[in-house]
This record gives sequence, structure tokens and C-alpha cells, in this order.
Amino acid sequence: MRSMVFFASLLGAAAIAVAAQAETIQVMVDRLVYTPAEVDAKVGDEIQWINKDGLVHTATVKGGWEVNLPAKKSGRLLLQEPGSFDYICRYHPNMKGRITVRP
Amino acid sequence: MTIRLKTAATVIALLFAAGGAPAADKPTDQQIAHIAYTAGVIDIEAAKQAIATSKNPTIVEFAESMVRDHEAVNKQALDLVKKLNVTPEDNDTSKTLSKEAEAKRQELGKLTGAEFDKAYIDHEIAYHKQVNSAVETQLIPAAQNAELKSLLETGLKLFQGHQQHAERVAAELK
Repeated sequence: MRSMVFFASLLGAAAIAVAAQAETIQVMVDRLVYTPAEVDAKVGDEIQWINKDGLVHTATVKGGWEVNLPAKKSGRLLLQEPGSFDYICRYHPNMKGRITVRP
Repeated sequence: MTIRLKTAATVIALLFAAGGAPAADKPTDQQIAHIAYTAGVIDIEAAKQAIATSKNPTIVEFAESMVRDHEAVNKQALDLVKKLNVTPEDNDTSKTLSKEAEAKRQELGKLTGAEFDKAYIDHEIAYHKQVNSAVETQLIPAAQNAELKSLLETGLKLFQGHQQHAERVAAELK
């Protein structure tokens, strides 16, 4: 009996692990453009911006989070809350992107 | 100021348009690299002057953006000429740009406070307009090397953003 409970709880843990299987979604930053500009994700996913430009960029939500993207480097953000987030580059505000995060 | 800018623009136009002259009068890649690099250095130096002179945080922030971006682009330009093993070649357009910039620097050096801020940002708008126009209509079409052309195209997009940024800052000052 005890072993059954133990087995069940193991299964439960495995089920949770599957449900929470988080993805890393890549967004290219090249010649002052985020590609893809719009991303659909879920809570727990991670966004990785890969900055191919020789310029400093950011991914910045006004009044919210900001990820620094040094020249030729990447930056990451763990999505912790659902919602729709429009972001820009602080230094080049013509650059625009959006992340929609499902619960 | 306007007259000087027009002079610089006219020289650029004359050099490149070269009324009825053969295609040989187009700038070479070596000259294009020199012109683009010089134009960048000029804006960096103007920005440094603004950072040292202005007490307006919006102006200083704008100027810091100019230093950050133009230094980054010029670094890429230097890396490229090194990779391609070409030597940037001084030319009349570069010389005129530098001469005009020196005159502008002295003119701005006599100003302080709000007067300086306005003169600086107005000049940034005009300067980016002129350089962008030259990059778009003269340098990009003349560039032979694909990587140089590509760098100029990215630069143009960046500098058009700078022009818009300068226009927003100017509107804020009013």
C-alpha cells in the first residue's frame, strides 16, 4: 500500500513535469528588427533574444520589465505572468515586438 | 548655419551628381568608407560637446545615444575595411564635412543653456537629414562591395531613427 502511494505520487510529479514543460522561444534581433515580431507563449516559457546587430538594444515594456541586449549578445526573460506585452527597444523605439503569454 | 549646411549639401551633390560626368566620378568604396566614417565621427564629437555643455537631461540622453550608436557603427565599419583589406581614402566630401563641422563646433561653443540646446538639436535634425539623403541616394547606389552596401543600409535605417528622435526632442523643447 505504501509503495502504491509512493508510486502514485511519483506519477503525479511526472504529470506536473509534463504539464509545465517549458519552452525557450528565440527572437532574432537583426538590422533593427525583432523576428518574429509577435510571439505566443505560456507562463513558464523563456524568451531568448539573439542580438545579431553590432548595436546595443533592449526589449523594454514601458513601466514593466527590461532586458538588455548588448551588441552581438543575447538576453533572456522568464515569462512569469500571463498577458499581452508590447515592447520596444529603449534606444531605437521604432523597433517593436509583442509577446502574448497564456496562463 | 543653414547656409553652411546648404554649402555642404551642395558640395556633396556636386561631387556625386557631377553633371553629365561618366560613372567613373562615383565615389569608390574606399571613399564611401571614408565619408561614412567621417560623418559618424563628426556626430560623435558634436554629441560629446553637447554632453559637456548641456544641462538638459533630454538633450544629454539624446547625445549619449548618438555616441553609443555611431561608435558602434564606426567600429563595424573599421572591422569591415580591415576584413576587406581596403584603405579608406580621404576625399573632398570628407574634407568639406569636417570643415563644416569645425565651424559648427565653434558656433555652438559660443552658446549655453537653452540656446545651445536648441541650436544643437536643430543642427542634429538638419545634419541627419543631409547625411541620410547622401547615404540613400549617393553612397548606397555607388557601393560595390555587398557587405559595405549592407552596412550602409543598416546605418541608414538607424540614422533615420536618429532623425526622428532628434525631431521628438526638438518638439519637446518648445
